[in-house]
Amino acid sequence: MKNRWTLYDPRLAWMLIAPVLLLLIFFLVLPIAVMAAYTFFTFVTAGVETSQLTSANWHEFLTDSYYHGFLLKTLRVGAITALLCGVLGYFPAYFIWATSFKHKWLLLLLLIVPFWISFTIRTFSWINILGEQGVINVALIKMGIISEPLPMLYTEGAVIMGLLHFLLPYMILNVYVSLESIDRTLIAAARSMGCTSAQAFREVTLPLSLPGLAAGLLLCFVLAAGSYVTPQLLGSGRDALFGNLIYDTIMSELNWPMGATLSIVLFVVLGFFAAIYTRYMGMSQIVKGLGG
Amino acid sequence: MKPARRKEEGRWAWRLTGFVTLCVYIFMFAPIAATVILSFNASMFGGFPMTGFSLQWYGKLMANEAVLAAFRTSLWIALVTAAATTAIGVVTSFALVRFDFPGKQVLSTLVILPALVPETILGVGLLVLIKAVDQPRTLLLLVLGHILLAVPYVVLITQARMVGIRRVYEEAALSLGASRFSSFREITLPLLIPAVVAGALLAFTISFDNTSASLFWRPAGVETMPTQILSMLKISISPEINALGTVMILVTVGIPLIGGVVMQSLTRLRRRGEPKEEAR
Repeated sequence: MKNRWTLYDPRLAWMLIAPVLLLLIFFLVLPIAVMAAYTFFTFVTAGVETSQLTSANWHEFLTDSYYHGFLLKTLRVGAITALLCGVLGYFPAYFIWATSFKHKWLLLLLLIVPFWISFTIRTFSWINILGEQGVINVALIKMGIISEPLPMLYTEGAVIMGLLHFLLPYMILNVYVSLESIDRTLIAAARSMGCTSAQAFREVTLPLSLPGLAAGLLLCFVLAAGSYVTPQLLGSGRDALFGNLIYDTIMSELNWPMGATLSIVLFVVLGFFAAIYTRYMGMSQIVKGLGG
Repeated sequence: MKPARRKEEGRWAWRLTGFVTLCVYIFMFAPIAATVILSFNASMFGGFPMTGFSLQWYGKLMANEAVLAAFRTSLWIALVTAAATTAIGVVTSFALVRFDFPGKQVLSTLVILPALVPETILGVGLLVLIKAVDQPRTLLLLVLGHILLAVPYVVLITQARMVGIRRVYEEAALSLGASRFSSFREITLPLLIPAVVAGALLAFTISFDNTSASLFWRPAGVETMPTQILSMLKISISPEINALGTVMILVTVGIPLIGGVVMQSLTRLRRRGEPKEEAR
């Protein structure tokens, strides 16, 4: 007869997690480790490097303000996007949570549908809104308000708008999940003790939903700062972000050691923000948000 | 008078919330609607105004060999990714939920990471690794990469469901002489099916949509659907792209919706006659 100890033998667990462990080691841990080593390799010419160790890449990154500018711009765009997501995302999350609308699931489903639509398509569809022949310009010209199309596409604003469009569902779902876990009797209690609905919101609902908001902010910031496609499609050359810089360094200049250095920089910087977050909040909120 | 005024304020705040919500939903769907509408435009240029209704761009699309090839490639990659990721994800969450082993906490954090690390970094990392060991980029590599990107989501979904399945069911089967494997197949897996289907669908769409990482990982000369769209956009914004976008939307929204409806009617059939369980 089997007892509990042999039933849940750790050796069997190791066999079960072997596939995922191999995948994570060979496709996540090892690549990042090798990339970290590559930052010390010597760049000879396009596509060629030697394993002679040098600190030239790091020196170049740390002294050249070209890279600093890119990094700052990327962090700025990421922060603006995350904050806008937070402000604009909180309202729908609260509305869905608090509404007495019978078909609430429909509102939630509509938030999940964008995840199913190709990200590339969602991004380029903004060209049909903001472009010279887009809805806004054509409508304004027809109405005679402007005579020349407004240059809205290929600007930083367009990039932020595209990122917002991509990230808002993440934010709304994160806040919603955390609102949903609030014990509603707490709010009823606050109201019965004489709080106005605004006070009850400020004192009870808002503080209790902050973990979801924080998780959403982190997720939006990291995903915006790491984006590649959105600036590529909706921005001009000047609006390129760090992801584009990495792609060009590797795919066009074929400067692998520098590309690896820039990737590690982005990894460390974004990891730093994630570490601050998990220090105070833990991982569980992010897990809840991702699981939807 | 005072409470009345406060009530009035509350009503205005609620109206504002509703209004912003409406605006956000319009913001989410207006560009997609514009793309779908423009795909039927007769005009030569990919933009407004509409000059007439036409299906010519869909005809053009069906004759575009490069697009069809990219579609087939993406479809295969997504199917293989969905199947493999679901299998890996299910056994992983089974181990994470049922077993205790050293390093469990580390693993459950590590398994989420691919969803949090920007794709550009994952993309470059893998390329640097295979360059360091002098291997070519292959389709297998691309598929394994997609599995890595989808695994966090499948594990999270199946794990959440697995927690709710009590282990006594499996243990009862085991004590009645079922083998380890058959107790899993006969007891655990059927109870897990909703999460398995949801995970597989999500893995499919993640792979089918993946752009940034695929740009790095695809073998020379291979285009997936999103990279094909990107290279078409580099040339010009033709109405053909709008038609392509519409077809893609139909495929990627249609499959999960149909899957969801089928799942729901299946559970309803199975539940019939059983005592009502709490809703999901």
